[in-house]
Amino acid sequence: MPRLSADTSHMVRLTLNGQTVEAAAEPRMLLTDFLRHALGATGTHVGCEHGVCGACTVEIDGMLARACLTLALQVDGATVRTVEGLAPGPGRLSVLQEAFRRHHALQCGFCTAGILMSLDHYLRRNTNPSEAELREFLGGHLCRCTGYVPIVAAALDAAKVLRETKADA
Amino acid sequence: MKPPRFDFVRATSLADVHAVLAELGANARLLAGGQTLMPMLSMRLVRPTAVVDIMHVPGLDGIAIKGNDVRIGAGVRQADLLAWPHLAASLPLLQAALPWVGHAQTRSRGTVCGSIAHADPSAELPLCLLALDGTVGLSSSRGRRHVPASEFLVGMMSTARADDELIEAIHIPKRQPGAGYAFNEFGRRHGDFAIVACAAVVAATSIRLAVGGVADRPERRDFPLIEGKPLAEAIDAFSWALDARDDLHATARYRRELVRQMGHATIEEARRCRG
Repeated sequence: MPRLSADTSHMVRLTLNGQTVEAAAEPRMLLTDFLRHALGATGTHVGCEHGVCGACTVEIDGMLARACLTLALQVDGATVRTVEGLAPGPGRLSVLQEAFRRHHALQCGFCTAGILMSLDHYLRRNTNPSEAELREFLGGHLCRCTGYVPIVAAALDAAKVLRETKADA
Repeated sequence: MKPPRFDFVRATSLADVHAVLAELGANARLLAGGQTLMPMLSMRLVRPTAVVDIMHVPGLDGIAIKGNDVRIGAGVRQADLLAWPHLAASLPLLQAALPWVGHAQTRSRGTVCGSIAHADPSAELPLCLLALDGTVGLSSSRGRRHVPASEFLVGMMSTARADDELIEAIHIPKRQPGAGYAFNEFGRRHGDFAIVACAAVVAATSIRLAVGGVADRPERRDFPLIEGKPLAEAIDAFSWALDARDDLHATARYRRELVRQMGHATIEEARRCRG
């Protein structure tokens, strides 16, 4: 069984937003720090570092996860999506990101990366959420600027656009 | 807040886990979903020599009906159980309680057995295990044993697990025909730890009320099939018997009042959904 020593760095290879990447991490390194400092993917923000605020939420193998409650070594071989993977191309925004801009769903933007990851995950499974469902789902995130109203409005609007796009297709 | 230094062990068999635990005992901590252990590491409440990732151990990830019990393996995430197609028919109390466990964003990682292992007195899953007479299946290099929830949950974050043991699975009796189940919780915000949580089972000849968040572990009491004033008086006596404490979230008095009000309402809800 592999026992990785505390004092040395170990290579972690993963698929990040569709690209194979690798970097070294000590066992104690959190995925948040690994993404930001080892891989240079600074879109994922570090808030409370104990799983409460949701700013660091990412997708690991298709499931939402707090990157601060995950060790870098745990994602060896995994597929990770972060906020950098949302936009369809350079200079473009996803439907959800566009809706956030239209509705002023962020002010300081610190919580936004995590909320976008959560809502993107949610809206890919359910494009017809009620406001109550969205509010319960957003309970896993803290935003100290907006009061959540514009975030809910943006999510509902994005869901509508996604439904219409689906109907056109 | 960063975790202290530790070795990382990626276990790929039960024998691996047993070997590390036999060697390091309490200095090894098992990592499954990490939703409790990781904050404890980052806050340096624990400083293990080694963290043992058990999520690559085959055989720990299943939910299976075995006779009268549902077996939930150590690798089963809370979201997996919530999505299990037989949940409503087999474990209606868990179906009612799981949405109260953390948030969707933490249930997707956190495991059912991990919550039992940490035994937070406010946590929903230990409360349900106690309310339903579940058992905890432990294994080590010395062998296997099963411990009833009432003996497993010893106190605040403290259980009957020996330092060299792994919770391999929990076993929860399936819905009894004719019984009704209900769960309610009061907290400041959905997804926070409960100030008080209540689980009720109304069966053919008895009523059970289990409460979490009040004492240093979940507590339960059985009543005969009474209602109205006699039931209110019986719940009142139960609430006074609980070792409630004041803390910054609520006073002991407030918690007892929640047990009286929400406990009664939860029992009545369970009575209505008997079937």
